[in-house]
Parts: sequence; C-alpha cells; structure tokens
Amino acid sequence: MTHKGQNFYLALLVPVIVVLLLFIAAPIGHSFFLSFHRIIIGLPQLKTPFVGLDNYQELLNDPVARHSFWITVIFVGTTTFFELLIGILLALLIHHRFPGRGALRACVLIPWAIPTVVSAQMWRFLFNDAYGVVNYAVFGTEITEYIPWLALPPTALLSIIVADIWKTSSFAALLILAGLQVIPEELYQAARVDGAVAWRRFWHITWPLIRPALLVALLFRTIDAFRVFDLAFVMTQGGPADATNVLQLYGYKKMFVEGWMGYGSAISVCIFIIVLVLAITYVRMVGQRLLEARV
Amino acid sequence: MMKRFLKKSLFVVGILLAAGFSLAPFLWFVLSAFKNQTQITAIPPQWLSSFSMESFYSAIARYNIFHYLLNSAIVAGSATMVTISLGTLAGYALARLPRRWGQIILMGILACAMFPQISIAGPIWRFLRFMGWLNTYQGLVLPYVALTLPLAVWILALFFREMPEELEAAALVDGCTRLGSLMRVILPLSAPGLFTAAILSFIYAWNEFFLALLIMTDPARQTMPVGIALFQGEHTIPWGEIAAASFITTAPLILMVLLFQRRIVTGLSAGAIKG
Repeated sequence: MTHKGQNFYLALLVPVIVVLLLFIAAPIGHSFFLSFHRIIIGLPQLKTPFVGLDNYQELLNDPVARHSFWITVIFVGTTTFFELLIGILLALLIHHRFPGRGALRACVLIPWAIPTVVSAQMWRFLFNDAYGVVNYAVFGTEITEYIPWLALPPTALLSIIVADIWKTSSFAALLILAGLQVIPEELYQAARVDGAVAWRRFWHITWPLIRPALLVALLFRTIDAFRVFDLAFVMTQGGPADATNVLQLYGYKKMFVEGWMGYGSAISVCIFIIVLVLAITYVRMVGQRLLEARV
Repeated sequence: MMKRFLKKSLFVVGILLAAGFSLAPFLWFVLSAFKNQTQITAIPPQWLSSFSMESFYSAIARYNIFHYLLNSAIVAGSATMVTISLGTLAGYALARLPRRWGQIILMGILACAMFPQISIAGPIWRFLRFMGWLNTYQGLVLPYVALTLPLAVWILALFFREMPEELEAAALVDGCTRLGSLMRVILPLSAPGLFTAAILSFIYAWNEFFLALLIMTDPARQTMPVGIALFQGEHTIPWGEIAAASFITTAPLILMVLLFQRRIVTGLSAGAIKG
C-alpha cells in the first residue's frame, strides 16, 4: 500500500480514537489520580488535598466494602454459571431447524432487548410480598406463609440473581449459537452412520467444538456481571442491611450520594483492577486460539 | 416409531419452556397496565376481567412520560447517528489497513468496552460539570458515543472486510478521491452492516441507566429508564402506571427485535466468533 493511502486510513481513525481517549481512557487514568486525594463534592472550601494511599488504607479496613466485594463475587459466580447453562440449552433449541425458528429466536431475544430498569421493576412486582405472583406460585392462597423476598437478606440477593439470569441468558445463548453454527453438519451425519446416540454426539462433537464460544461467553458474562447496578438500585437500593449492596452501587453511593469523590474513586479503581485482571486471564486462555481462528 | 414420537414431544416441550421462560414474566407484568389497582393486587391473581386504559392516561397526564420518551429519543437517536458516522470511518480504515495493524488497533478499541462504567463515572461527571454540560443532551450523548463505538466499529470493520478492494480500486482509476470512493461506492453497498450496528447502538443508548442517572438530575432532561426507576406514587406503588410506562418504552424495542431478529443475532454473534 502507498504511504498516502495509509495516511488516509490512519486519518479516518482519528475521530474515534479522540473520543475514546477523552471519554474512556482519560477518565480511567483520572480516577487513579482522584483516588489519591480527599475530595468532597459538597464542600469545595476544603480544597482537594493529596492524601497518598489513605483512601486505599481506609478501603481495606472498610467492612461494608469487604461485604460488597463478597456479595458481588457470589452474584457474578451464580449468575454466570446459570446463564451459561441455560444459554447452552437455549442455543441448542434455536439452532435446530424447524418451522417457527425465527419466531422462537425473536422471543428469546426479548429479555435481552428490554431495558434492565424495566426488568428490575417487573421482578420487583413479581417478587412483591403481598400480591406477587412468585409468592402465589409457591404458597397459593396461604397468605400468612408469603415471603417478603426483597426484604430479607438472602432472598433479596437471590431475587436480583434470578432477575439477572432471566435478563441475560439469551445473550449467552447467542454467543454459544455462534459457536454451534460453525460445526460442520457432516460430523453429525458421520456419527449417526457410526450409530452414536444423541447424547454421545453432543458429548463428543458439540461439547469440544463449542468450548471456545463458551469461553467467550464466560468472559463477556463475568465482566458484565461485575458492573451490576440497575437491578440492585431499582429492586432493593442495596438493602436490606447491605445484602445487595454490589460494588458498583457502593461506589456510586460513596461518590454521588455521600459526595466522597476521592474515596469513591478508590473503590472504582479497585473494581477496574479486578475486571482488568479477569479480562487478562481470560484473554490468555482463549485469545491466542481466537486470533488464529480469525485469519 | 414410539421413540421418534417421544423425541418430538420432548422438543416441543423444550420450545414451549423456552418461549414461556422468555415471555411469561414480561407479559404478566405488562398485563397490569390494563388493570385497575384492585385487580393488580388481587390474590389469587386475576386475568384481565375488565380492560382499562386508566393507567396509560395517568402515566401520560400525571407523570408526563412523553416528556421522558422525547428525551430518550433525542439522546439515543443522536448518539446512534454520531456513533455510526465516526464508526464507519474507523471501521473502513481498519478493514483496509494492513491486517496486523488493524488487529492491534481493533483490540485496543474493544478493550474500551470492557470496563465498568463506575471507573469512568467520577471524572466524566467532573468534566461535564466543568464544561457546564450536566443536564444537557450533549453531556449524555458524548459518553454514549464512546460506549457504543467499540461494538459498532467491530461490526463495521468485519463487514467492510468482506468487500473486495477492487471496488475502490476501480473508483480510484475513474478519478474518484479516496473519500469519494468510500462515500459513493462502499457506503451504498454496506447498508446492512450500517443498519445492524445502528440497531445495536440505539438499543444500548435507549436502555442505559447508570450514566443517565448521574448526568441528568433535572427531571426535565431525564430519559425514560431514569423516569421508570424513580417512579414514585403518593401512598402506594403505582404499578399500573409503571407497567404502562414500561410497555411504552419497550414497545419500539420489541418491534425492532421482531423485525430485525436475524440482523441482531448475526451482529451480536459475529463479534463473538471472529474475535
């Protein structure tokens, strides 16, 4: 390619790179900077003194932060596991060729397309303590038995986990479907000729071949689950007793409700580092293979 | 014969389960929009015994939801347009640059989509306050552009890569400039790719809540997700109105899914399989 041609293509990239630097890269860097300062939004007269690692020291000794961390880990672990499981089942179904497959695919996509805030209000309604349909499904008309799902710590966490699984299993299904679509049909025909039954065909052909797609889905889902915010904000406001106070919600409260910009930034830096480490680990696991597959 | 029948019925049960799992909770919720308060809170739950549009009137008149809807349309619409314009230039460049460079730059752009919004929230808020852009449309549109660009650039780059370079070569020989050949030859042929990227960007911006909550504190500028999340009644939770507002917000998305299901599926999965 000529020099002129390359310069032209590089010039086309400039606007995107400027936007991403300005609104993603610079803010991430600036968060590090802010986390070394004491900044209180409502009190500008206190200035913004440099406090070194004080915010991080405080964070290490903050029981609420530690609790938030474990809550988030439980949330990420369970939702990712069930989303991948349901995702595989859904993907196998919508991969099958049958009349009405397009309609089923559209149905499965609907939870993904709905705004998270809407699905949060929906689950808040379904889990209602007095007239929620979940209580009715479990206890019938035995009203005295009804559980206030969102007001008890363990069930509140369970409720946002259920809401998240409902909302994003279809996304996992789509990523796994992409993996199913590249398996050549001949493999199954050959296996059938050899007399392999359905589950053996799944175990020996489908499973090993969708593993890369499954890992990609695992990567996207784990990283995305770490930024859970909308569900907890709408359904429980982080309560009861911080039982659903996930990390991003805790950071939000510190920064924008209480106004501790410096301390909140320390929290956000920690979340950033957790996600970065996860991303690097996963990319090391799958990245090489994917890059090769790509060419 | 018997085995075949069993297999078939198992498959049908699977389909019904999948459809029920995806649709039933939402349909039940939306049904409340057409009930009155007594029916909504009845135990045992009631089907639609009388059809009432009361909640819709109230949501529109008392809660002014068209106002939120307009804000959402402005923000999501402009974010999508800016993202597609910038993303087209970048996607095209990445498809035509030498493979290695393209790969590395694309990885860098994609990495930007991975990070939790909280790690950019504080600095963006301070920057917007400094510019006087809190509670303005551009204050929300710009971060949305940044957050939707990575996926859009990816989809577009993969799409342009499929187009033979001979197309532009011919246009260049005919005396077209490089930019001209992109505008006149490539773009008209890439409507499907542009459209897929646009749908996905629009859905993201239409649904986004976290940044909208921070940046739009003035109810006059709030978007629909913020309105729905902060919905407050006087004494009881106004489920009918919430369901009505949810229905109105979600209707355009459901329409998009029904019409463009194939594009959304390929758009989301193309990225996964190739990268």
